[in-house]
Amino acid sequence: MIELRQLTKRYGDFTAVNAIDLTVPRGELFGFLGPNGAGKTTTLRLIAGILQPTSGSVRIGGTDLHADPRTAKAKLGFIPDRPFIYEKLTGSEFLRFVAGLYGQDGPQVEHRGRELLALFDLDEWRDELVESYSHGMRQKLIIASAFIHRPEVIVVDEPHVGLDPKSMKILRELFREYVNRGHTIMMSTHTLEVAEAMCDRIGIIAGGVIAACGTMQDLRAGAAEGGSLEQIFLRMTGENAARELVDVLNV
Amino acid sequence: MSEGLRPSQLDVRPESVLTPARGIPLDPAMAAALPDPSLLHLVSPKILTARARAASKERGAGARIGVLVTFGALFWAFIFGVLYRLLTYFRGVEEIGPFLAGKLLGLVLLSFVSILLLSNVITALSGFFLAKDLDMLVAAPLDWLKLYGAKLLETVVASSWMVVLMAVPMFAAYGLAYDGGLFFPVLTVLLFVPFLVIPAVVGSGTTLLLVNIFPARRTRDILSVIAVLAAGGVVVLFRLLRPEKLARPEGFRSLLDFVAVLRTPTSPLLPSEWLQKGVMGFLTDTLDVLPIYLLWTTGAAAVVLGALVHRRLYFTGFTKAQEGAQKWAKAGAFGTFGRTVLRPFGVLRRELLLKELRLFFRDSTQWSQLILLGVLVVVYVFNIKFLPLTGEGVTFFLRNIVPFLNLVLAGFVLASIAARFLFPGVSLEGRTLWLLRSSPMEMRALLWAKFWVGTAPLLLLAIGIVAVTDWLLQVTPFMFFVSVGTITLMTFALAGLAVGFGTLFPQFETENAAQIPTSFGGLLYMMTAVGVIGGVVILEARPVYLWLQARAFGGTAEPGDLVFGFVAAAALCIAATVVPIRVALARLERVER
Repeated sequence: MIELRQLTKRYGDFTAVNAIDLTVPRGELFGFLGPNGAGKTTTLRLIAGILQPTSGSVRIGGTDLHADPRTAKAKLGFIPDRPFIYEKLTGSEFLRFVAGLYGQDGPQVEHRGRELLALFDLDEWRDELVESYSHGMRQKLIIASAFIHRPEVIVVDEPHVGLDPKSMKILRELFREYVNRGHTIMMSTHTLEVAEAMCDRIGIIAGGVIAACGTMQDLRAGAAEGGSLEQIFLRMTGENAARELVDVLNV
Repeated sequence: MSEGLRPSQLDVRPESVLTPARGIPLDPAMAAALPDPSLLHLVSPKILTARARAASKERGAGARIGVLVTFGALFWAFIFGVLYRLLTYFRGVEEIGPFLAGKLLGLVLLSFVSILLLSNVITALSGFFLAKDLDMLVAAPLDWLKLYGAKLLETVVASSWMVVLMAVPMFAAYGLAYDGGLFFPVLTVLLFVPFLVIPAVVGSGTTLLLVNIFPARRTRDILSVIAVLAAGGVVVLFRLLRPEKLARPEGFRSLLDFVAVLRTPTSPLLPSEWLQKGVMGFLTDTLDVLPIYLLWTTGAAAVVLGALVHRRLYFTGFTKAQEGAQKWAKAGAFGTFGRTVLRPFGVLRRELLLKELRLFFRDSTQWSQLILLGVLVVVYVFNIKFLPLTGEGVTFFLRNIVPFLNLVLAGFVLASIAARFLFPGVSLEGRTLWLLRSSPMEMRALLWAKFWVGTAPLLLLAIGIVAVTDWLLQVTPFMFFVSVGTITLMTFALAGLAVGFGTLFPQFETENAAQIPTSFGGLLYMMTAVGVIGGVVILEARPVYLWLQARAFGGTAEPGDLVFGFVAAAALCIAATVVPIRVALARLERVER
């Protein structure tokens, strides 16, 4: 479970995240949407414990991230938007290293690593240096690494970038199975169809505040004119700008 | 990962990877305890990376290692040889011999401390705040002390290895000259380890404080300028102190003054002095344990204090480090001026030249090196000024041959600068090559833009150095024209070679421009550059000699003899300018990125 209370992050005069209150319960896949620069990545990095909030709190699985960061982080798997993998490590060495960071090794981890690599069609590449991996393969390796230590909560920033259709399908199934087992995922994405199809609830962030939050039905009900997620999203986050863009293109 | 498993044995359904494998026992202790990976585990990616690099079979790796080992061995032999000779001489001087040896060691170690402090401050900034693996490490449930230890270890290794390499022949010379025996290397290691750790803790602590005051990227700008200024300051100070005068006691009023200077500790509160005392005490059979005690206790106290400061300030600093760098840059005056001056070049060339200039001057790690360059030039000219080329016994021949040989030294300086600034040019375009390649621009325009932007300041510097030193040496007008003309053509050649080799051996994936010249292509460039400098000087040696001989002993030189050498040298320079760029152009047009 993820709980955000009055979470705020300021950079000088600029407020990236403004007093967000949000609870993502166990067994839920929460989609986090918003235009570029709305504060999505900052929020996710605050939850991952990479950034220090200006004020407010983050609780992961009931543990306060500020008060007991190690216990909270041990429950979390984080997949960043611009993932870094040591270029000169092989895929399996990298997984072993990440498992070690979470205090895990031994035959279970080895077996799990092989299965995760195989799940994403990386098994044949497990002993190749990461520098020879394509962008999509790196993304799959990073996703695999987030699952290696069996976290309670996964926070993932734009997981679909660079994935082929088969991997996208596997990822969807993996995420669904994961939340069905009572775990929690908070995922940011720009692909509205993916959010609509995958997420139990969706939050739309604009200008550092949550402009709307709920199931698709809630969002439709909340938006007077109803419509698809794309239409709701545009209405919440700058329909006018989109219309102006269309006008410019028509000219 | 489980080497014994065959793919057919793996269950690759999403639901299965979320379930513990049957038949493999779970470790209950592991599941219950808070993760606590060892320090070794945290540094293991670096060890594995080093091992993978050593095992990689990239093009030219063998040759590069061969060249490095050869140069390294020659460097060690040179340092060892000079020091050993000097120390055996000191050993023969009664009373003051050991003081001289100690003073020399103290000076060298003091310069080591300055180098270590600077390099640790800069290395700690990337290691603790800007490294790409930090997101993963900070998001992991690590003990703060382990993270500090791992990053401190990385910092010590990354910033001290060069000093260690320099120290090996030095301590070897001391050990052998003073019959240190088998225990001497053990004692040296024992003393040298805390000597390396103290500046690392101080350097990383300084960085931590700076990052908490400024954003990390701004801190990097500030640090690079401070580092360069400090390095320049050390060089100038060292020259102004003129340590060589210690070897000339006749400069002192009395022997007592001289001995008093030798006995005075240079810097009693610095680890360099303690290390010097420990080493010299052992070598002169007056071993004092106080220096060993001071080094280890200070080292340990520094680590503890550093860890406490890290615990208090690191996370705040790391968060600040995520903040953006400079958001805007002043374009106004420079852009307008540049556009006006470069108007005759046309839109494409003008914009290319302006882009090169903007990128250079907005990257403080690049332009700040110009300061260091300026300092080195001042020191170079300063040394030429103090060459004993006046007075009795100095002939017309000698006074005119020195500026000619000066061309070789100036050539080396220019080649090194071109390797640093021009050679990486095309490599640094790696990530934007798609933009340039997909535009209708010809690659020729890009290469020549890089050539001219690099050559213009290089030429100013080259002519400046040669003209000023010629003026200081009061050479004849003939030698003045020969040296200025030669250095001009040589600058074009060195710049052309740098752009050419940089394109032929690109390092598109390297982010750090400073590492690019140390690649295999960089070494090949330096060797070719040395070859061209040597070729030019050899071709011009005969006409210069004939002319000087004619001037010194009367008579006239045959114009035919003079012309051939100069024309051949000019042809070599022109070929070295044009041919590499042409070859590079063909290569660049074939690059598929």
